[in-house]
Formats: sequence, structure tokens, C-alpha cells
Amino acid sequence: MTAGSRIVALGHYQPSRVVTNDDLAKVVDTNDAWIRDRVGIAERRVADQETVADMATFAAEKALAGSGLAAGDIDMVAVATCSSVDRCPNVATRVAARLGIPAPAAFDLNTACSGFSYALGTADHAIRAGAARNALVIGAEKLSDVVDWTDRSTAVLFGDGAGAAVVTAVPDGEQPGIGPVLWGSAPDKGDVLRIEGWRPYIQQEGQMVFRWATTALAPFAIETCAKAGVQPSDLAAFVPHQANTRIIDGIVKRLGLGPDVVIAKDLVESGNTSAASVPLALSKLVERREVPSGAPVLLFGFGGGLTYAGQVIRCP
Amino acid sequence: MATREEITSGLAEILEEVAGVNPDDVAESKSFTEDLDVDSLSMVEVVVAAEEKFGVKIPDNEVQNLKTVGDAVSYIEANH
Repeated sequence: MTAGSRIVALGHYQPSRVVTNDDLAKVVDTNDAWIRDRVGIAERRVADQETVADMATFAAEKALAGSGLAAGDIDMVAVATCSSVDRCPNVATRVAARLGIPAPAAFDLNTACSGFSYALGTADHAIRAGAARNALVIGAEKLSDVVDWTDRSTAVLFGDGAGAAVVTAVPDGEQPGIGPVLWGSAPDKGDVLRIEGWRPYIQQEGQMVFRWATTALAPFAIETCAKAGVQPSDLAAFVPHQANTRIIDGIVKRLGLGPDVVIAKDLVESGNTSAASVPLALSKLVERREVPSGAPVLLFGFGGGLTYAGQVIRCP
Repeated sequence: MATREEITSGLAEILEEVAGVNPDDVAESKSFTEDLDVDSLSMVEVVVAAEEKFGVKIPDNEVQNLKTVGDAVSYIEANH
């Protein structure tokens, strides 16, 4: 048993191929102004050869290198994904094999776009319970595999990528760096976003998802801060799921976040990468030193299911 | 009980705030998407703001039936 856990290092990976809005306008009936205005995305990355496991491995490798830990120190690998094509072995064991992690608890978790915060909460609980000591928590998606490239209402939204965090037990006497998770779902509305059936592709009722996201989530985000004993005005940064700038702006307004709070808007250059979006955006903010070490950051994921989860972390 | 004129002017305030629509352009005959250039996501924001302002419930499946300002005024008049 320990007093809690913290993120000690982050890493991310994106495929090299950039697909701009103008590129998409050549294959579906859309245009740059429409996408920027409705969604806020300018470009996204699309994988050619890389699998979900490849991208997860590359991101995890960077996080592990930054943590100062050896592969043999890791005893849990949790991968949040909803787009891995292979059912077995799971992505987590493939990552472990590639990184030479000898015998971790290894599992994939699917709550779509909220997956990273679910996985981070699960790893934190395992560490608190003494079931793990050093965890790799990864969000990785290859949504290009499940996008209908003829559907202009969804083809413009998504991208591929991965983000990873090394989470360790805090030493005795030190404060935990991962606050209590708030998690839940609205299963009665779950069917408004679907990746279902054999050879599936993403389908969504955009207006309904938008309405839920802009009205239901801000109270949960405020409650997440309260669980951590933090006022929204104390936050140094807010890293929400990267689906739509208008959803993000709506939540920011309802949280009353001022201009001093860094708001992650990685979707501009990455699109919506589902479970990868929060760790990808967070890793980039930390890499660019936009948030001081130790400062409180609210992570909040939401999406298919309709699931949501968040926690206040201390920036590594 | 608000009159149709009062509801229309309340909607005009919402449309100005949410979508930058000039209140002088708002009339019952105007289509939200075609005449006032309100996109599908702004329409959701208008609906949510209208629920708060007029104390009505406008369910998801009703939103698509609100084509014109007059449609919205009639719905609000009948349900608030």
C-alpha cells in the first residue's frame, strides 16, 4: 500500500504523414474553412505502416527513457484504445514484448475517447492497493482504419497517434501527483457514437454528441477539481479530450477559466485521436515547457459510450 | 406567458450572442441555416440557451424540426 502515485515522465508519437484539410477536400466534399469553423482542426496525422501497437510502443519507449526506470522495473502496462484491429494478443503485451518488459500485468481498456483517464485511474488504484509499483499507461489509436473516408461528416475529424505516461508510487511522506478519478457514463445515450459490427467504421450523431459534451460535462469537470481539493481557478492547465474547439471553449467558459490557464488545443494539428488525445496533448505541453513541474493540470476525457473520466494531476 | 413578439426578440438576443446574427435580421419567416447562416452546432447552442431562457425542454429529436424562427417560436409558445 502506498499513499498514491504520480506521473514521472511522458512520451508521444505521431505518424509522419500530414493530411491537411485541403488534402481531404480532394477526396470528400468539404473545405478548409468549413472544417476550421465547425471543428477547429487544420491538419491531422495518418499512419501508413504503423499499427496501434507500433505507435503505443514508440510513445512508451520515450516515456520510459524519460523516467529513469528500466524496462524490468515496469510491472503494469495499460493501453487505452478503441481502434486496435487485432483482438489477441492485446496491445499491452505487444508493447511489453517490444520494450523487453518481462512480466507485467498487461491489459487493454476500451472506453473510447475517455480511455486514458480511465486507464490512469485504474493504474493509480492498483498502485495504491499495492498491486503494482511502476505502470506504463498508454493511449494509442489508429482511427484511420475505422474512418469512412466517403463520409464528410466524420472523415474530417480523426487522426492517428499515441501518448504514454510512466506512473510510479510516491515515496513515503510525499504528496500524490494523481488526484481522485471521477468517472462515469451516460449509457442511455451510448448509441450516438458507434464503431460497430464486422469491418466497422465510425458513425456519429454529431449534434447530439455536441449537445451532451457542451452541457453535461462542465459540472463533472468542476466536481473532479473538488475531489482533488483544487479550485478551477487554481489550475495551471486544462487538457480535455481533443474533439472540437467549440466543445473545449464551451467547457472552459463554464469552468470560468481565465487567460492564465493553458488550454490544450492539440486537435488543431492532430485531429481527434480518441484515447490518445489527452496524453498526446499533455506530453506536448510538457515537452514545450508550457506548464511548470508540480503545477495542477485537469485532464478530462469524454466520448463514445458516452463515457467520461478525469482527474487533476501534478505536472511531471 | 410571453407573446410571440417577446419570444422572437428573446431568440434574437440568443442568436446574436451565440452566432453573431444581427437582431434586425431575425423574423419568424427566416430559416436558421439558410437565411441566418446558423450552422448545425450553433443551432444546438441556440436550443440549449433557449431552454434556459424560456424554461422549456427541447429534445434532440425536436431540433431538426425547427427550421425557421417561427417554428421555434411556436414550439416555445406551446411548451413553456
